[in-house]
Amino acid sequence: MNNTSRQRDTQHRPNIVTLLQSYFIRHIQVFFYSLGQLSRTPVSTLMTCLVIGIALALPTGLHTLLKNAQQLSGGWESTAQISVFLKKNISASQAKNLKQDIQRWPDVLSVHYISREQALKEFQDLSGFGNALKALNSNPLPSVLIIKPKLSKTNEQATQKLLNKLTNLRQTDKAQLDMQWVRRLYAIMNIVERGVLILGLLLALAVLLVVGNTIRLAIQNRRKEIVVMKLIGGTDAFIRRPFLYTGFWYGLFGGIIAWLLVSFTLLSISRPIEKLTTLYQNQFELNNMSFLTTLALLGLSILLGLFGSWFAVGRHLREIEPQ
Amino acid sequence: MIRFVNASKRYSSGFDALQNVNFHMAPGEMAFLTGHSGAGKSSLLKLIALLERSSRGQVIVNNQNLAKVPRRRIPYFRRNIGIIFQDHQLLFDRTVFDNVALPLIIAGYSRHDIAKRVRAALDKVGLLGKEKKYPITLSGGEQQRVGIARAVVNKPPLILADEPTGNLDPELSAEIMGLFQDFSDVGVTVLVATHDIALISQLPYRTLTLKDGKLINDTQPAS
Repeated sequence: MNNTSRQRDTQHRPNIVTLLQSYFIRHIQVFFYSLGQLSRTPVSTLMTCLVIGIALALPTGLHTLLKNAQQLSGGWESTAQISVFLKKNISASQAKNLKQDIQRWPDVLSVHYISREQALKEFQDLSGFGNALKALNSNPLPSVLIIKPKLSKTNEQATQKLLNKLTNLRQTDKAQLDMQWVRRLYAIMNIVERGVLILGLLLALAVLLVVGNTIRLAIQNRRKEIVVMKLIGGTDAFIRRPFLYTGFWYGLFGGIIAWLLVSFTLLSISRPIEKLTTLYQNQFELNNMSFLTTLALLGLSILLGLFGSWFAVGRHLREIEPQ
Repeated sequence: MIRFVNASKRYSSGFDALQNVNFHMAPGEMAFLTGHSGAGKSSLLKLIALLERSSRGQVIVNNQNLAKVPRRRIPYFRRNIGIIFQDHQLLFDRTVFDNVALPLIIAGYSRHDIAKRVRAALDKVGLLGKEKKYPITLSGGEQQRVGIARAVVNKPPLILADEPTGNLDPELSAEIMGLFQDFSDVGVTVLVATHDIALISQLPYRTLTLKDGKLINDTQPAS
């Protein structure tokens, strides 16, 4: 290069401010350019996004249901109660006396007395065995004291002590802590949670592969363009950029579709669930995904899109060299 | 500007594309590179543009020993070379303007600069007013001139042309060569690979002749 041409070049080369400016402008341009590219093939874009959306909706939906179930059952632990079935020879007045006794115990919150007649009526109403019971000569049901312990949630030992005390009463036939099934439910939910996590990981991997493969095809389709870019001095970063943004868009749209799928599913089952919970005399409202969960879903899905395209671009861009 | 010192290129198949090539081109010089197809013209250009690396010997371009240019620096190195191809290598889904603007976009010029320079380059090759057309609607000669405009738009100090007149009739070929002469006149080094002996013989420039990968002739024009 001779001196005059060197001077001419340095004069006209973009300076650092222009370079930074055009770098950001370039990013914004590519951001929308890649969106425009996707909109040129709406059907295949939609299909890819749907695959991503469905794959992500499955673990997200299960996670949301699980969260709801945990929330629902979270209240149950504090309502742990001890049913004390009294011996048959205990009369109603004896039972009432006992109730008042127990009510004064420091570790008892409340005592509810169900007489033998009440128990029978309740059983007839709710079990559907009413006619069968009428065939019996005498009432087979014992009277029951339902006892709510204080602080049962935080102190399991205290609850156990109370249970023992109640069992040892001479009027007691049997005392039963209605907690066992809650514990079992928690154990099951833990397993389900683990399962959802593994399912989520597998489906996230599937999303990575889907995006990776889609981007790989896009790279093949634009092979010539990549060659030309490389010939005229395009850096790897420059050539990579539109594909990364394409991955970003796939992730974003896939995430939005997943959100819509989960929301509509929850909406459509919320009515039946409401009906179900009223049958259990329970007020329960099915919650949609929280704001944070939604953010996490979208963020994760965008990251998966970016990583998927990153892997594909990293693997295939080097293979394309001008000949 | 370009210096080959005992440069050889052997492909992994064992084929010797270039053997012990030695020559030097001064800045602003214009030269032809000729020889039969398969003589090594394209291999020589590829070594200069770092599309390939020499197996032995040295290639020095713009005071840079190409063996020492790492892979990630290659794009920046290529920005100083305008390359013109027989098949133009234009992007058919973009307008003439966008095709010519590509090297400037890559180098990060501002929009204002890009528009100014693209117009100047298109004006130079006589295509001003066709910037909104798509390359497919242009004739072969016009497409080649778009390729030339793209190669010179960021004012590289070196232009390489591989059979730039391969598909053109003699009149258009002479026109293209005239453009190269103009660039050479303003200080750009120009190396044109061609097997069009008739065209070369009319022009007063240095001619490098390759045969079977060896430089067999280096003739200066009779002045």
